[in-house]
Amino acid sequence: MADILQIKNVSKKYSNHVALNDVSLNIAEKSVFGLLGPNGAGKTSLIRIINQITGPDSGEIIFKGEKLHPKHVERIGYLPEERGLYKKMSVGDQVLYLAQLKGLSKAEAKKRLTYWFEKFEMQSWWKKKIEELSKGMQQKVQFIVTVIHEPELLILDEPFSGFDPINAQMIKNEILELRKNGATVIFSTHNMGSVEELCDNIALIHKSEKILDGSVKDIRKTYRSNTYKITFKGNLMGFTNALWTGAEFLDKHTEDDINSVTIKLLNGVTSSQLLQAVLPVCEIHSFNEIIPSMNDIFIMKVNQGNEVAGTKSNFTE
Amino acid sequence: MKKIRLIIGREIKSKLKNKTFIIMTILAPLLITGFLAFMIKMAQSEKTEQNVLVIDDSQLFKDKLVGNDYISLSFSNEKLEKAVGEFTDKGYSCLLWISPTVIEGGAGATKLFYKKSPGFAFQTYVKDQMERIIYENKLKANNIDPNIISNSKASIKIILEKVNDQGSTQEQASFGLFGFLTGALMFMFILMYGMMVFRSVMEEKTNRIVEVIVSSVKPFELMLGKIIGVAILGTIQFLIMGLITFILTTALSALFLKDASAQLKVFQSQQEMVKKNGTNVNFNDLEKFDDKLEMFDLLQKIQKIDFAEVFICFILYFIGGYLFYSSIMAAIGSAVDSEADSQQFITPVMIPLMVGYFIATKTIMDPDSSTVFWGSIIPFTSPIVMMSRITNGVPMWELVLSLGILFVSFVFTTWLAGKIYRTGILMYGKKTSWREIGKWLFYK
Repeated sequence: MADILQIKNVSKKYSNHVALNDVSLNIAEKSVFGLLGPNGAGKTSLIRIINQITGPDSGEIIFKGEKLHPKHVERIGYLPEERGLYKKMSVGDQVLYLAQLKGLSKAEAKKRLTYWFEKFEMQSWWKKKIEELSKGMQQKVQFIVTVIHEPELLILDEPFSGFDPINAQMIKNEILELRKNGATVIFSTHNMGSVEELCDNIALIHKSEKILDGSVKDIRKTYRSNTYKITFKGNLMGFTNALWTGAEFLDKHTEDDINSVTIKLLNGVTSSQLLQAVLPVCEIHSFNEIIPSMNDIFIMKVNQGNEVAGTKSNFTE
Repeated sequence: MKKIRLIIGREIKSKLKNKTFIIMTILAPLLITGFLAFMIKMAQSEKTEQNVLVIDDSQLFKDKLVGNDYISLSFSNEKLEKAVGEFTDKGYSCLLWISPTVIEGGAGATKLFYKKSPGFAFQTYVKDQMERIIYENKLKANNIDPNIISNSKASIKIILEKVNDQGSTQEQASFGLFGFLTGALMFMFILMYGMMVFRSVMEEKTNRIVEVIVSSVKPFELMLGKIIGVAILGTIQFLIMGLITFILTTALSALFLKDASAQLKVFQSQQEMVKKNGTNVNFNDLEKFDDKLEMFDLLQKIQKIDFAEVFICFILYFIGGYLFYSSIMAAIGSAVDSEADSQQFITPVMIPLMVGYFIATKTIMDPDSSTVFWGSIIPFTSPIVMMSRITNGVPMWELVLSLGILFVSFVFTTWLAGKIYRTGILMYGKKTSWREIGKWLFYK
């Protein structure tokens, strides 16, 4: 699939720290892309560069084959992490104003706003001031502001922070629906649960550098470690003997006469061979491969990164 | 461009919906003219009827000390102790006692007894007369004719004529007070609208909406839209306030100053006559306006003011000065997170404005001093100081130079402010320092 966004060797430096160091990324069209990283990693800096709020010191960004240009802002929707609305302005005026800033005509903006108000059953809010709305209602308005101009690229910075569970679910559903309708979604988060659920591809940024990227499936495959969890009824000793040197025990656990073990296969032993070996001596209840969650990978990579960064900074100091 | 228009529109609309703003626009001129009217009224109505019983134990003042249209004096030879107890019952409002030794002076030689204070104007009236009578008395005691003394007195009025480079002269109004007032008005306007920009910027930052907006427009456009929006708003407000004030003052002067302006005409024709004929004029034929001279002076000065010039300069300097300061205010507004932190940044901006204000006060006394000249050229103070000078006749080249510098400087401050602004609006949770702001200037 074509890339909607190509980020090429982007670097950004502030007076006393490097926010992004030579980051390159490709974001496929009509995908959901997760930009992951701990706080302060440089996610927001990258997002602001894509939104042309700030410029990169070096490197370039290609949007749909063209060098990123101010005219592109109308095709991008952005929900910042630090978000808010004019407290004293009415909901209707506010959304119309922001939609017009995104290049919609007033009439068109009105039409679309009516659609969204009906969708979220909030027609009666039109004349209400933002400060009169509950936090959850404000979040709905904020979301409408982000998507009203039907952007091809939607960028959500920590979209689930500060949203209540109901609105968070709503946003998840909308993200999936927008993708179905052809939009590309980038969202930055440190909430790994949502990544596996929503993202097709991810990039992990840590200490201003990209340390990992690819599709969620591939990444998890790469990080599989031939680890399996087996629960069985039978003699644990017999089970151990049957395996011989083909596996390493990572964890075992017995309750009543049910054993549950976690093992790592060694020496090229396959899962079929494992099963053949142990079947004669026990009764298998379950057999699962343990695939590392994105969370595990995230923590592992960040810790690795810290070690590397640690030696690096020692070096420079 | 379309986006800047949207921003300007929102800025104006949001303020026009603000009740305080509308009330201020209407109330301010009402208050100003109301205050003026009150002052005039006060000055005129300080004349309560006084019926005074005079016990003159010195026997110097009988028939010499006289009343006027609201003060009537009755002399009596009663004993003071008795009269003090009775004068109110007899219908007198107060009792004036003059001691036999009044001519030797000293405190307590004259006493005024009253139940309701007769007011300062009455006291001055009586005191002045008594002093004059004693003065003439003493002259006579030394065989000096008081007429010689009074004829030797001269009153001089200096008429100012400024010589320009072509050698021709022009009579000057030199109405320092008026100039100072326009300067002070300029100070107020720049500060007021500068603060409006400041608040508007800070509001967007603390509401956290600013990042949503700058993802659609360039931060510089947002800042410019705001500044222009408030400028338009300010001009509208100024015109409305000006119009209301004009209508009210015209109505007021028709009410209070009708007699005065008629008298002024007579006075002016007499002045012309004296100028032409010198001392050959028979002064006894002329109407006397001694007590009104000050007011005539004021009215004449007002008549000489070139209001069109003042108005045009005011608008030009307001626009220049406002743009100069408001861009600085916008930059500062972007740097702070809350109103509480703002003081340390606003104060340094206030100082040059205050300096301008003080130089404007100096203009009244010393309009051609070099402080005033430089104050009216340097853009930090020029809008205020130049306005305070304007009625003294400022050479064209100075005006052009000062305005030129002002407009070039505002382009520079706006550019500088834009650099601070676009970084500042996205900085949260960090206490900003001037050092920090300095660094922002160099971010790409």
